[in-house]
Amino acid sequence: MNFTEHPAFVFPFVVGMLFIFIYLPVIYVTWLRKNSLADFKTILRSIFTTNTLKAVREIFSECLLHRRIFRYNIRLGYMHMSLAFGWFLLIVVGKIETMVFTHDGFNPPYLPVFFKYFYPSGIPDTFKGRFFLMIMDLLLILVLSGLFLAFLKRFRSRVLGMKRTTKHIFPDRIALTFLWFIFPLRWFAESVTAGIAGSGGFFTLGSGRALASFLPLEDLLLPSWWAYSIVLGGFFFALPFSRYMHIFTEVVLIFLKYWNLATPERQNAYADFEINACSRCGICTNVCQLSADAGITHSQAVYFLRDLRYGTPERPVLENCFLCGRCSQACPVEIGIDQLRIAGRKRMMNAIAPAAEMRPVVSANGEKVDVLYFAGCMSHLTPGIIDATREILTRAGIRFSVLDDREEVCCGRPARQAGFADQARSIIARTTALINRSGASLLLVTCPICYKVFNEEYDLPIPVEHHTVFLNRLMTERPSLFRKSSLRMSYHDPCDLGRGSGIYEQPRSIIRRTGVLVSAAHEREDALCCGGSLANLAITPRQRTLVTDSAYQMLTAGNPDYVVTSCPLCKKTFAAGKREIPVADIAEIARMMLQPEEILHPEKAGEAELESEGQEICQ
Amino acid sequence: MSVNPKKRVAVVGAGVAGIAAAVALKRAGVDADVYEKESGPGGHLTRWHALFPGRENAATVLQGFLNEVKENRLDIRTGTLVTDIRKENGLFRVTTGSGECSEYGAVLLANGFRLFDAARKEEYGYGIYPRVITSPDLEKRMEDPATGLLIHNQAPKKVAFVHCVGSRDAKVGNRYCSKVCCISGVKQAIAVREQYPSCEVMNFYMDLRMFGSGFEELYQEAQEKYGINFIRGRVSEAAPTLDGSIQVKAEDTLLGCPLKVTVDWLILLVGMEPGIPGSLHDSLGLERDDAGFAGCRNKFLLPGYSSVDGLFLAGACAGPATIPDSVNQGRAAALSAIHYLNGKV
Ligand SMILES: Cc1cc2nc3c(=O)[nH]c(=O)nc-3n(C[C@H](O)[C@H](O)[C@H](O)COP(=O)(O)OP(=O)(O)OC[C@H]3O[C@@H](n4cnc5c(N)ncnc54)[C@H](O)[C@@H]3O)c2cc1C
Ligand code: SF4
Ligand code: SF4
Ligand code: SF4
Ligand code: SF4
Repeated sequence: MNFTEHPAFVFPFVVGMLFIFIYLPVIYVTWLRKNSLADFKTILRSIFTTNTLKAVREIFSECLLHRRIFRYNIRLGYMHMSLAFGWFLLIVVGKIETMVFTHDGFNPPYLPVFFKYFYPSGIPDTFKGRFFLMIMDLLLILVLSGLFLAFLKRFRSRVLGMKRTTKHIFPDRIALTFLWFIFPLRWFAESVTAGIAGSGGFFTLGSGRALASFLPLEDLLLPSWWAYSIVLGGFFFALPFSRYMHIFTEVVLIFLKYWNLATPERQNAYADFEINACSRCGICTNVCQLSADAGITHSQAVYFLRDLRYGTPERPVLENCFLCGRCSQACPVEIGIDQLRIAGRKRMMNAIAPAAEMRPVVSANGEKVDVLYFAGCMSHLTPGIIDATREILTRAGIRFSVLDDREEVCCGRPARQAGFADQARSIIARTTALINRSGASLLLVTCPICYKVFNEEYDLPIPVEHHTVFLNRLMTERPSLFRKSSLRMSYHDPCDLGRGSGIYEQPRSIIRRTGVLVSAAHEREDALCCGGSLANLAITPRQRTLVTDSAYQMLTAGNPDYVVTSCPLCKKTFAAGKREIPVADIAEIARMMLQPEEILHPEKAGEAELESEGQEICQ
Repeated sequence: MSVNPKKRVAVVGAGVAGIAAAVALKRAGVDADVYEKESGPGGHLTRWHALFPGRENAATVLQGFLNEVKENRLDIRTGTLVTDIRKENGLFRVTTGSGECSEYGAVLLANGFRLFDAARKEEYGYGIYPRVITSPDLEKRMEDPATGLLIHNQAPKKVAFVHCVGSRDAKVGNRYCSKVCCISGVKQAIAVREQYPSCEVMNFYMDLRMFGSGFEELYQEAQEKYGINFIRGRVSEAAPTLDGSIQVKAEDTLLGCPLKVTVDWLILLVGMEPGIPGSLHDSLGLERDDAGFAGCRNKFLLPGYSSVDGLFLAGACAGPATIPDSVNQGRAAALSAIHYLNGKV
């Protein structure tokens, strides 16, 4: 038999492959055209740097080896790796095999795929021949083992570390069915061929002989190769409309990432590649507290991205999310899920919201101080935090004033989030002027959201510090101001301070300085959301309570004396329930641990304590 | 004790519901032991100064209950906390804090309610600012005119009440209405006006629930005769000013505008929370309603019958109730318990 004869069964495969090789470039170019000139300039600046090599390395480790999934769960990682890397090697080694055989790089593309049909015994009677036969059979086993796990995952997902698997839509099911049949059919066709020829690789020949004992192999030869070719072609046709679009898209995405594009606020090419690079692996649904605690299973990252890909997500999908960042942290493709969701909400608001007027009240109290404290609207709902912060500053003898003490000064975030960009800009300008007028050398905030806003939206001449950082510094510089106790405390990482700003160490150091840190089940990058996030606009109060109570339970498992956090919203959320173990902000703990006045200032002992209420400037 | 335990009833709690029940049992010739964790009987009634709707003196009413206790020679085991109740072979085993165990044929649960801890609504500043107090705190202050609401011996000029603190608030997990705080707020507002005629009084409410007889009339009187200002709107936050008075931020939802007032005192009308320990669910299978109060088997046919055969409910442990409600429920539960002991359920 000669391969130049083009047997008819290769056509489904060839047509499918041609389709993919035409469709993908066309669609990728359509997306890339959404990029602005600036985006292209950015790409050009980085394309000839080592970043491109780094991208290649990441493509190898993530698209083929799936290293990040291994980190999530070894068996799940193996499943993804064996399918992706195994298939990849089958293609590459198969190509090499045919090239060695034909001494020609330009053999027809179907030759490696159907090589065994043409040459059941491989390259005749050489060591090379036997070597390739063995390697190709081993690779087939590798892929089939991954397929077995994928099958298992559908029915016993927990074995692969998944409490929930993704609910799939029609195109996914079609593509999945084709995919599941590809390798078993390849094995079958190769076995039948080997059985007839009486020679082949150890695996396919073995199974071919076994099949020969009860099947009329001759009659099955062509049908089996036809079937294999048809499912391959079918898979290629289904690919662009299913989740398997991620296979090629992730490769491009990684290049774009290393060429310094990022999840945009406005829709550019990067967003399209991100949306299509989601493999619907479902890891995000497994870390989301909405599904774990509140029985909400329609709005997780995977479903949001899927809806975004095929159209516009419905409002409940856009809104039912804490923007806690747990899924972005876990996503093996590193999709900027939160940013995409915020962008989606913005588009929705633009479509439905009439431009209401936002009227911030801003006033000046231009006194000269060292530290300017901005409590923010959230801390105003937890006056205990403001009180504690004032007292600590006073006792430390720091000259300070509270920017938003009596008048409403706003950071501008509410306006911006509601989609009123102009108002937000003018609020920011006025607040900036107030801050500058204070002459302070530090802006202190007790709210992680404020912290992010001042860092990201403002251009201030003075540093902004969150109170965890500030208090930790104060404790280092003035250790005698505080005492240590035997209080046992667990610490809750607020989403916006931890995952949002990377501040994990300072609050823990404060706790270790003033008491004993009790560790909890989910910490740092893996911390749970308190459930209070204002970003979720769709969740019911009941469901919220379920999330909160379950997070609280994790924090109290070690039976601490206090649950400590460093965000007014987290504190309020936890403290609202009936709590056996009290919840406190880190500032309140620090205040509790201030040395008694007499020890600090023996000369002052007995003097009535100054009424700190309303005192704006303290010497 | 010689009496067959099968014929005895344990009454848990000597608030008004427990007292009424025990008296009814005694009068019917049934032996009852009353357990009370505090040092004396009366429950929350001992903490009130004047009662709605007629502003009767609470001490006098309490005395009435105590007289009944005395006349009927009720055996009230004060200072005895009931820690566990179990049911084995048709008998209830009641365990107290000191580890003592006794057996009964039936149990009448009358352990009342718990006041909502206002510190859980931190935005109001309770426990942080001294001029923010709760309605029970006000009752106590009003008992002694020398303290009252005086500030440096001066009468207050402005006082605000906040309704629904800890009730009808999904954020604290309590979606139900506590029933008695609206009328308490009206009653207390009048009391403040009477004591300090020059003081301006305002009540921030969401809805006013004047369900009892004489309640609506008192509310009318509060507006017309006492000039109390009822403002529909939820208070969003409170902050201290230089002189320690409290600046309140709210939204007037009728006028649709934000509002800021500075008051000398902010009084939080705290609601009721269930006092049923969760352990009773585990040891007895006692079921609770959505709000966490002890649930009854059938709201219409069997109020006062808990999900446990032989365990009856009276008073605020089964949901927010007034004193007359609680007394009626106590008597009804006593009768149900007698039927049960006689095998006539
Ligand atoms: C602010 C406020 C003002 C009010 N003013 C009025 C008013 O003016 N007029 C009116 O009609 N109603 C008023 N009420 C309602 C009134 O207080 C209740 O109706 C009444 O107290 C209910 O009585 P009770 O016996 O069911 O519960 P409680 O009064 O709570 O008594 C329960 C008793 O059980 C005891 N107990 C609890 N657990 C245990 C245990 N495990 N072991 C032993 N003992 C236990 C407690 O110590 C307590 O003594 C007011 C309520 C509030 C919140
Ligand atoms: S968003 Fe990320 S984690 Fe979620 S399914 Fe897609 S790839 Fe997986
Ligand atoms: S951001 Fe948080 S709440 Fe939203 S989908 Fe991701 S994990 Fe769930
Ligand atoms: S960032 Fe948020 S919480 Fe902080 S002040 Fe601004 S709006 Fe308020
Ligand atoms: S009685 Fe009035 S104040 Fe109390 S919870 Fe009901 S509505 Fe609110």
